[in-house]
Amino acid sequence: MSDFTPTEMMTIAAARALSNDDVCFVGIGAPSAACNVARLTHAPDITLIYESGTVGTKPDVLPLSIGDGELCDTALFTVSVPEMFRYWLQGGRITTGFLGGAQIDRFANLNTTVVGPYDHPKVRLPGGGGAPEIASNCGRIFITMALSKRGFVEKLPFITSMGHGEGGDQRERLGMKTKGPTRVITDLCILEPDPETKELTVVSIHPGVTREQIVENCGWAIKFAAHVIETPEPTELELTTLRDINARTKKAHQGDKEAA
Amino acid sequence: MAKIVSLAEAVGDNVRDGDTVAMEGFTHLIPYAAGHEVIRQGRKDLYLVRMTPDILYDQLIGVGAARGMKFSWGGNPGVGSLHRFRDAVENQWPRPLEIEEHSHAAMANAYEAGAANLPFATLRGYIGADLPKVNPNIKSVTCPFTGEVLAAVPAIRPDVTIIHAQRADRKGNVLIEGIVGVQKEAVLAAKRSIVTVEEIVDELNPPSPNSLVLPGWAVTSVAQVPGGAFPSYAHGYYPRSNAFYIGWDEIARDRDSFTAWIKENVLDAKPEDFAKHAGTKPARAA
Repeated sequence: MSDFTPTEMMTIAAARALSNDDVCFVGIGAPSAACNVARLTHAPDITLIYESGTVGTKPDVLPLSIGDGELCDTALFTVSVPEMFRYWLQGGRITTGFLGGAQIDRFANLNTTVVGPYDHPKVRLPGGGGAPEIASNCGRIFITMALSKRGFVEKLPFITSMGHGEGGDQRERLGMKTKGPTRVITDLCILEPDPETKELTVVSIHPGVTREQIVENCGWAIKFAAHVIETPEPTELELTTLRDINARTKKAHQGDKEAA
Repeated sequence: MAKIVSLAEAVGDNVRDGDTVAMEGFTHLIPYAAGHEVIRQGRKDLYLVRMTPDILYDQLIGVGAARGMKFSWGGNPGVGSLHRFRDAVENQWPRPLEIEEHSHAAMANAYEAGAANLPFATLRGYIGADLPKVNPNIKSVTCPFTGEVLAAVPAIRPDVTIIHAQRADRKGNVLIEGIVGVQKEAVLAAKRSIVTVEEIVDELNPPSPNSLVLPGWAVTSVAQVPGGAFPSYAHGYYPRSNAFYIGWDEIARDRDSFTAWIKENVLDAKPEDFAKHAGTKPARAA
């Protein structure tokens, strides 16, 4: 398949990061699309968990909210929110957390709280929700966001959830035993933390994208790994699966127009 | 024993100016009709608590009923910002809003501590995050057995918790099904509680011995308000109106269109108006 959008490439590249054995804590939006494409293609037995308490969910349409009825209807079981965060997340049962964010820095710290000073914000964003503890308690973290200068910034105004902090071994020094962010999937390329410094570096470039485009769309002087590969383009199955679920989702969410 | 009353009586009896009020429901079973009754009765200076303040708290904040809010995620799920919340925080309109911000894990633990009659909750949380720098109610505690330093937050003890549920029997025993969120903890942590329900039945008939039931002796007031969770949903009764959530973005973006919407749909409306959103089938058919 050669006809696909950057966003489709991003979602499919993110889906490929997941495997059948993952127990995945799913964030809403782009992560949710990627996780369900994985489930509907190469990882049919993946366990998808949403923080509303739904475990082993298999939605036919993507949820608009983290607690749509579709998630509960298709889950193996549903638990209370305290149980979700205490036993399953803090208990160390989740292999992979999948997050998005408004802003990210070179060490994969995320901001979804404020732009500007906390007490007098220029823009008040929704806040962290589950992210601070998802970031520290899941075995590893994948992040998916479109690459842009507004989103990939030199310095975050606020650290909502910690990635690799100031880099190096800061996670271990703070007592964390989990890996933190191991991959960031964007619409132009895939980034992974350098093994030593933990600075995000480009390891794979999506088909048709140039190094210049990546440099121009990143707010810091982005580095490239010694060996950079080209991301395999989406297969027909991946693309059809993504487009089908997006079409079903759009229809379902706009289907109750009488509402407002 | 829970009193079965009208929604107006339930709110009149239990919600007072200045109260700390938790209206819970994690996307599901959000007590919209009760929140609207709080607005209609003109309650003011409320301190609102809720993990996921969505449209309902946007409405309470926008009419100026709240002096403060404790929360962990304040957005319109899957859509974007809460514009009335943002206007209050960014521009102090219609009044300043004092905020106390936590993570979901901390809020869930804090409700559980409240229900367990403990003064605080502890969790392995906030590591490397900035919230503890701006919220003095996030502290730490050292485990007396291992020496591990853990996060500590005060228990949540609302004056009144308000929730919506599928059904109650005539003794006020309440059944909650589906995504149950933090409602049980929020009710048990509170001094008083109001539960609105889709229907009141002769026999509760919980579907399993492990069903989530709040006994009538642990609830203050029960009011029947069919459709009372709209535009959120009641599992087994009616689905979430995602179209309403998408449409709210434009209504709330502008102060005048928001105020006009509140007048038409809250101030000039009645609890019975929610009935048109109610499903016709009881949960057991699902």
